[in-house]
Amino acid sequence: MANKNSEALKQPMWANNPVLVQILGICSALAVTAQLKPAIVMGLSVTIIVAMANVIISLLRNTIPNRIRIIIQLVVVAALVTIVSEILKAFAYDVSVQLSVYVGLIITNCILMGRLEAFAMQNGPWASFLDGIGNGLGYAAILIVVAFVRELFGSGTLFGFQVIPQCFYEAGYLNNGLMIMPPMALVLVGCVIWFHRAKNKDLQEN
Amino acid sequence: MCQAPQSEFEEIIEAGAETAPAKKGLNTNSNVYTILYAAVMVVIVAFLLVFVSQTLKERQTANVINDTKQQILSALNLRDQADVAATYDKVITADALMQPNGKLAEYEGEFNTSYKSEFDNGNFHVFVADIDGERKFVIPMNGLGLWGTIWGYIALNEDRTTVYGVYFSHSSETPGLGGEIAGTKFQDRFPGKQVVDGEEVALKVLKYGKADKSSQYEIDGVTGATITSTGVNTMINKVLTAYIPFLTKQCCKEGGCEEEGEECCEEHQHVESND
Repeated sequence: MANKNSEALKQPMWANNPVLVQILGICSALAVTAQLKPAIVMGLSVTIIVAMANVIISLLRNTIPNRIRIIIQLVVVAALVTIVSEILKAFAYDVSVQLSVYVGLIITNCILMGRLEAFAMQNGPWASFLDGIGNGLGYAAILIVVAFVRELFGSGTLFGFQVIPQCFYEAGYLNNGLMIMPPMALVLVGCVIWFHRAKNKDLQEN
Repeated sequence: MCQAPQSEFEEIIEAGAETAPAKKGLNTNSNVYTILYAAVMVVIVAFLLVFVSQTLKERQTANVINDTKQQILSALNLRDQADVAATYDKVITADALMQPNGKLAEYEGEFNTSYKSEFDNGNFHVFVADIDGERKFVIPMNGLGLWGTIWGYIALNEDRTTVYGVYFSHSSETPGLGGEIAGTKFQDRFPGKQVVDGEEVALKVLKYGKADKSSQYEIDGVTGATITSTGVNTMINKVLTAYIPFLTKQCCKEGGCEEEGEECCEEHQHVESND
């Protein structure tokens, strides 16, 4: 059992990564990765919400009527996100301003519904909690990698601080404007998936 | 784009069927159970949300007021204040309304946090500030960016045309593109520029690289965010045009109250003394 739990936590980090293998949450991965800071905030928020929603659905799993299970999951997620956002507005106003649009994006994040359906509906609360944390962090890791590349080459900054020295610009270096556009995020995610597939031979399709 | 592997969906149905008989006499697939479950769920969630919202409302309102005050102070180049309320009380000497003839009158109501509705209702707020003995005026602005609303505050010197500082924010512009209007890099292009030329608002935010560096009215927009920059331009133009009576009221310029501007200046003293 302990082994299974640690699998639930570790698998999504690499071998069964939600973005790279399950291809979930791509929509938000494109939207928030122009800079590192929002990417990290989004990654952490999704981690927390998916873990909490997983636990709640896991506790309710035997009582949920099969035909309306998706709606129930949606209600739980939406209620959870609303409550978290209200609490942030009251106790951490700065963070809630930072999150602004992303709060709404969390509800629509496919990773949530994907994990609730695929894992929490069949597993106990503790395993579901670990699965949520694992998937959230796996998602966050990809966001951070993509955002790092995009912010560095798109704006020449990291966390808003200038990293590419001014003399480069004087020598004719230009920021790559395409990096900030969403299509480039898709290309970068594609590159990461390529690398991931190259390392995980069993995932390759013939 | 959003799909889980098909196989995982099928497993659920089996799992549901397995666990259902374990509950004694409870058929989770019956219509009555389904409807009741949904009803109870909705009621519980509704009460929960109302409860959370009501309990936290006071704190949230306080935070919003504090944040609005910080934004006004940011326009006066007082960013990231530790004690916002104290600084605000010290710096802002009056929250005034512009009258149709351009004079200022004390605003009687409570501190406002939504200047869009105030503007739409014809309540043109002007904050009078005192920075090291110099009088500044702060005007709240509202407009539309690419994805949602944008807003900001513009602080003017006592001559009512030289920009002292600005603050912009947005609800949902793209980070790294339109979102940059909230950054100091863009906002630092404003101080020293002139707002009015004759009787018209002349301050313009242009597409990045199009602004004439020697012009005292033109400002470069944000790179790659032409629509948001145009939104900022439209916002400044729309709002400040409404404030033209106030902006062109030249009586108090250069401290001279002798001639026709006498009553205007009295009005100002009135606003100050009320505070």
